[in-house]
Amino acid sequence: MTLRVNDLRVHYRTLRGEVKALDGVSFDVGDGEILGLAGESGCGKTTLGKSLIRMDGRMRLAGGGVELDGEELPIGDDRRMNPFRFSRVSLIPQYSMSALNPTRKIGRMVTELLASRGERLDVAELERRLDLVELPRDVLDRYPIELSGGMKQRMVMVVSTLLDPSLLIADEITSALDVSTQKAVARTLVEFRDRGFVRSMIFITHDISLTYQIADTIMVMYAGRLAEKAPAGVIVGEPRHPYTRMLISSLPEVGVRHAERRLSGIPGRPPSLLDPPSGCRFRDRCPLAFERCAQDPPPVEVTPGHHVACWKA
Amino acid sequence: MLSLEGVTKTYRVGAFGTATLTAVDDVSLDLAPGEVVSLIGESGSGKTTLGKTVLGLVRPTKGRITLDGEPARPGKAYYRHVQGVFQDPFSCYNPVFKADRVLQMIRNEYFPGVADSEWAGRIDTSLKDVGLDPGQILGRYPHQLSGGQLQRLLIARALLLDLRYLVADEITSMLDASTRIDVLNLLADLKSRGLGVLFVTHDLSLGNYISERAVVLYRGQVVESGPTDLVFGNPLHPYTIKLLSSVPRLTARWDGEPATAPAGDTGEGPSTLVEAEPGHLVRRGEGTSTASAGA
Repeated sequence: MTLRVNDLRVHYRTLRGEVKALDGVSFDVGDGEILGLAGESGCGKTTLGKSLIRMDGRMRLAGGGVELDGEELPIGDDRRMNPFRFSRVSLIPQYSMSALNPTRKIGRMVTELLASRGERLDVAELERRLDLVELPRDVLDRYPIELSGGMKQRMVMVVSTLLDPSLLIADEITSALDVSTQKAVARTLVEFRDRGFVRSMIFITHDISLTYQIADTIMVMYAGRLAEKAPAGVIVGEPRHPYTRMLISSLPEVGVRHAERRLSGIPGRPPSLLDPPSGCRFRDRCPLAFERCAQDPPPVEVTPGHHVACWKA
Repeated sequence: MLSLEGVTKTYRVGAFGTATLTAVDDVSLDLAPGEVVSLIGESGSGKTTLGKTVLGLVRPTKGRITLDGEPARPGKAYYRHVQGVFQDPFSCYNPVFKADRVLQMIRNEYFPGVADSEWAGRIDTSLKDVGLDPGQILGRYPHQLSGGQLQRLLIARALLLDLRYLVADEITSMLDASTRIDVLNLLADLKSRGLGVLFVTHDLSLGNYISERAVVLYRGQVVESGPTDLVFGNPLHPYTIKLLSSVPRLTARWDGEPATAPAGDTGEGPSTLVEAEPGHLVRRGEGTSTASAGA
């Protein structure tokens, strides 16, 4: 078991009170597993990714814990977290286009980055990985501005995984890319896992069809909580949670035409997390809601590996 | 009918404008009332530039745009009928203006003679047409509304005019999956009431969902165009085939395929649009024969 997240609660401090962005989330990520994290904006998926590597000043660990390879990860303590960052837990940020220092040639930037971690640059290994992502070796002598968006993205992927981290967090890394580049980037991630550059991965995206392509397991979040977690095929093929079902049926697939089949969205909006309602948080938008939904539905393992937080599942 | 004839846009780039970049290269297309035409392309394909030329935000270097046979002259009379909605609804609004004031500006500009009660009725109708509850929208600031509501409010504002054609440039890419489909359905409803929509998108599945005709752009040129079911069901140009194979689907996984998609023959050189099937145009190099048809 690479990663074990146990009842994690992360709150944002705001002037109007604490926003409970993550409110008791528990899950495991196994060795060699790619976990796809899906959900609408504001469901807490980015907060989860961020709290596993670096909490910003507004975030506060309100409870729960995280274990990586059997070791407690001090996510609430910025200083003690430092030795884990980059070497054990690494991140490919959403803003890869601007993640590279514009004033350094890429090769020098990588050397300096490794030196700051007390590591030496293995040039042969770096070049092997550049070949793998089909970047020319002379990118190391170039400035970031000379690279296209897709090339920068691949460069950041190589740099982030250079120390073979146990856990890689990829947060919305393909949302700014074209479909053909998106496919190449997504497949490279799988390749990194297959070659052992990263042991396991959390792939955060709002695009369920893309997650389905590369993830082994998909976790759907809603309003700071886990809604459903199951192997990718099960989430897409036999979802049990009404939210997952509605989310998947609202996706226009190539081949679906409005004239033939009218898809529908999910009416309503997610609840405010400043003062979340009690009970099931999807209750107000859920067509199946009944009296019992006023109580919190606990995540239940309905079949092995398939967790659902719903009374009707 | 809104028509583009041989529209070309060249930008001067580089130091002192020494180099030129052809963003849109000789594109012709027609948009009829009650029809959705998708402009599909990746970044740099010229799809947004083309949308902007229709809206008069960019002046074409060559070619012309006509509205019902009359040359389009961007101005009040033209914008009464042709409007645009863009990608980022959060930055389209003045943050200190409430929603009513946004709509009031339309009245001041276009309908100064309309009485208060009649105007209130019109606002009510247009908000209801886009599926918004006037009570929840009016009197609110933009930051109090969700992305889907803001996007629909922009469409409602356009509907207050005598709107006949709408340029929708990536209007759903910043919305969540659960609200995105509502905005698409709204466009489809407006279409059935006679609105012509130029739907600019990079997302093939969205283009496929609502449009009658699809136009695929690559480096400023039309590489394939025709009825949506022909373009998507029987793609003939290698670029279209490559694009379609890159779209993630819920029905099939990429597992079995090679890691990199085969590079399409999107080579340089002179090429022309050829009619492969009735209404289905494909760009073919002048040297190549019809042997590659039906690939």
